[in-house]
This record gives sequence, C-alpha cells and structure tokens, in this order.
Amino acid sequence: MPKYLLLKHYRGGPEAYRSVPPIDQWAPEDVEAHVAFQHHVSELLEEHGEYVDARALAPARTFVRYGGPDAAPVTTDGPHPETSDLVAGWWMIDVDSYERAIELAAYVSSEPGPGGEPLYEWIDVREIMWERPQTTDAE
Amino acid sequence: MITEPAGLDDGALRALVPRVLAGLVRRGEDFDAAEDALQEALLEALRVWPEHPPQDPRAWLTAVATRRLIDSRRSEAARHRREETVHAEPPSGPVIEEGDDTLVLLFCCCHPDLAPASQVALTLRAVGGLTTREIADAFFVPEATMAQRISRAKRTVRERRLDQPGDLAVVLRVLYLIYTTGHADRVDLAREAIRLARQLTLATEEPEARGLLALMLLNHARLPARFDEAGRIVTLDRQDRGLWDTREIAEGVRVLQSALALQRPGRYQIEAAIAALHDDAATAEETDWPQILAWYDDLVALTGDPVRQDPAGALGRSVAVGHVRGPAAGLRETDRLREVLGDRHRWHAVRGHLHELGGDLPAAATAYAEAARRATNVAERDHLVRQAARARAGRAD
Repeated sequence: MPKYLLLKHYRGGPEAYRSVPPIDQWAPEDVEAHVAFQHHVSELLEEHGEYVDARALAPARTFVRYGGPDAAPVTTDGPHPETSDLVAGWWMIDVDSYERAIELAAYVSSEPGPGGEPLYEWIDVREIMWERPQTTDAE
Repeated sequence: MITEPAGLDDGALRALVPRVLAGLVRRGEDFDAAEDALQEALLEALRVWPEHPPQDPRAWLTAVATRRLIDSRRSEAARHRREETVHAEPPSGPVIEEGDDTLVLLFCCCHPDLAPASQVALTLRAVGGLTTREIADAFFVPEATMAQRISRAKRTVRERRLDQPGDLAVVLRVLYLIYTTGHADRVDLAREAIRLARQLTLATEEPEARGLLALMLLNHARLPARFDEAGRIVTLDRQDRGLWDTREIAEGVRVLQSALALQRPGRYQIEAAIAALHDDAATAEETDWPQILAWYDDLVALTGDPVRQDPAGALGRSVAVGHVRGPAAGLRETDRLREVLGDRHRWHAVRGHLHELGGDLPAAATAYAEAARRATNVAERDHLVRQAARARAGRAD
C-alpha cells in the first residue's frame, strides 16, 4: 500500500482558483465550519483505515546552514520572497492507489471557505518513498 | 502500566516501586542496574504472587531484586530462579523513612546534569512507575527514542554521588513541567504530576513543594470546564463554573493555607493564591481582581528585573492591571514587554483581550490574528482565529 502526503500550503503552488482573505477575517460561522471540516477529514481517514498522521506547521520559518569551521550556524528567518513555498501541514495517508490519493486530496480541497462555498485549495500530493528494498528482484 | 499482581491494586504497587528502587539505590546499588533488577522482580511477582502472595510485598521485591543484582554481577544464569523466588522472604534491613526515599530518588532523577526532557522521562519512569511505552505515548515520540533517552539519562546519573542533598527547586520545576505538558488524551500526566507532588509534600516541609501541589490542584480543578463538547477551548471568563471540581479546590486551598502559614512565600505559593482567587469567584464578574493584582505585585517583586527575568509573571500582571486600573493601563504594561515577548502568541493574545475589554474590537481582532499566526498549538491557534473572526465581525465576547 503506497503512502502519500497531502500537503496544505500557507502560500506557493499554482495560482489560487478562488481568492479569499485570511481565515481570521471570515465570518465566525465560516471559521467554525472550516475547522470542523479539518477534524472531519481526520475522522473519515481513521474510519476508512487510511489515516497515518496529521500535523500542522507554524508559519514562522528559519533557514539554517553550516557556518564553516569554528563558526556559528548561519540562520535567516526572513524576509523570504512571498512566492516561496510555505507548507502549512499535512495528512499522511496509506491507501490502495494513486487514484485514491487524488480522490482524497480533491475531497480535502472541497473544504468550506467564506460563505460556506468550497475553497478549491490546491493540495500538493507527494508519494513517500520506501526505505527498504522489495523482497523481489529489482528490474 | 505494569499489570497488577493479585492482592495489590494499581496505586499500591506504583507507590511501592519507587520506594523499593530508592532503597536499593540508597544501599549503594547502581541506579541503572537496580532499575533493571526491579523490573525483573516485578515480572516475577506477576507470575508468583497470584499463588503465593507475599506477606510484605516491599520486602519481597527488594529481596528478589537484590538476588537479580547478585545474579547479574556473577553473570550466570540462575537455574533455580523459580524455586528461590517462591520462598523469597527478606533479610531484615534497617528501617528507612519512606518519605526520604522518595526524595532521594527525585533528586537522582532531577539531577542538574540532565537536560529537562531527560529529567522528566527518568522521573516518570523511576518515581512514577510508568512504562517506557506510556512515557513515549505521552510525549508523542517512538518508544525506541524514549527508551534511549531514559537509558542515556540513567548512564549520566550512574556515577553521581547521591548522598548529598539535591536541588529541590529543580525537582519542583520538573514536576511542574510534567504537569504543564500533560496531554490528557493519552496518558494523564497532569494527574501523575499531582500524585508525585503529593508524595513530595510527605517527604519535605518546604512550603514551595506544598505551593506547587496547591497550584496544580487549583488549576486542575478547572479542567472539566476548559473545553466544550467539540473540544474547543473555553476561556476562564466563559467557563461553566458548575463543572469545576470543588473537592480539588478545597484540597488545594487547604494545602495552600498550610504552606502560607510557614511564612516563607515563593512563586508557586503566590501563583496558587492567584489560582485560588479565580476558583473562589462564583461568576467571572465577581473575581477579586484587586487582590489578584496584589499577589501579582508580590510575584514580580521576587525578581529584580521582572521584564527580563519573569516576563510571564509580568504579562499575567498586566491582565490584572487591565481589570483594576483599566484596559489602557494594562496595555501600557504590555508595552514594556514587547521587546522580550513580542514574538510570542500569548503577548498578542493578552493585548487582544485588553483591547476587547476596552471596547476596541478592530484592534482586538488584529491582535488575536497576530497571536494566531504565532501559536504553536492547533487548539490554541483555532481558538485565536475564532476570537479574531468574532471581534472582526463586531461581536463582543
């Protein structure tokens, strides 16, 4: 069974299909509906036996690199170009097929936005590579 | 948790384990080896006790663990283990104060050479009697990771002298850390921390130990009201106070009074006094803010430079200032903390609260949104997004 990450982004990816303000500016009932849907997705995945993990990432970002011998690490916490990719979180799923992963990602993307209408958010689907070799000969 | 052997309930066995371990360590046994030996003795107890219940479970475990230690020192398989253990009754040793033992063990687990994460893990394992699996679950790490952390910690304390008094302040900090990181959905660490603090108060007269226990009880009492049925955070001012645990509040107040009577105040006693005043108000409107502010004044006076040395205390105080002298005064207090706490979500959340108190909903919405962006906890993030949306929609709390 392949595993996939369904990644949500704070920014980055294709141009938004539907442009919406930040969630803290939505009507309170729309916020409720949106948050409830996120919980519902996790529950649904658990019910189907497809859930592995779900995580949210805080938006603050620090890039770090080796500073060289006897030097402190070099860090930068911005500013970063607004176009750069910023992951907001993920569901990790364990499913029968790529097609099923696409189906679930599309469902995640139907989450309610302002006015209760679907958000049409782009979901980034990434297959997780296995660490161990298969038990059959490689091609 | 270890499955309980017949005749001993869960609580009794868990109270016993640290005492036996502390006894072995005090006798000069290596901490790491003593812990392993005790685990083996417990497994043996599971097998043997149902049919041969011991007269003195503590002495039985001590005797069997001692035999294991000797066995492992000889590095030879004990062929007659079963026959021996069935008849294991102890050599009588010196009577040791149980309270002292708990303290020795806590000092050992909270050794200043250990990092906080290791102090916490070792304390839960050796004093709390939790299994490695349970501790791993509580901290959401793989069991192998937690096993490694514990075994490294045991190696660190192995060579340290344990006959000197340890640092009680570190022990208190570790217990409070266990309390505050408690994720009640898997292993109830908050309850575990309360249990350990209660044990500690039996072992020392130090008023801050009682202050810590009181603080935990007085906060824990509000837990049933802290989330609604959908798991959403309910802030103190909106909680259904009928859900608060009045027995825990009563115990907390009693413990706090016995601590304050010793006339050696400290930060845990003061924070407990503040929690007690909140618990004492029948409605949010009846909260005695002037007295809470007076306690906060005492709290920040414990350090010479509260803004740098106790910013969390100073931030809590600014809320009390807002309620006593008005929101503008409270906001001015938070201004002084901007440099130190300006990138923390709580600083922005407190300002949102104070703006809202002053009726400035747009400013409150902005502050709550800033707080949400900085939250590191999904439940809190969602709560702050809700607060922002509600304030922006012009609805007062």
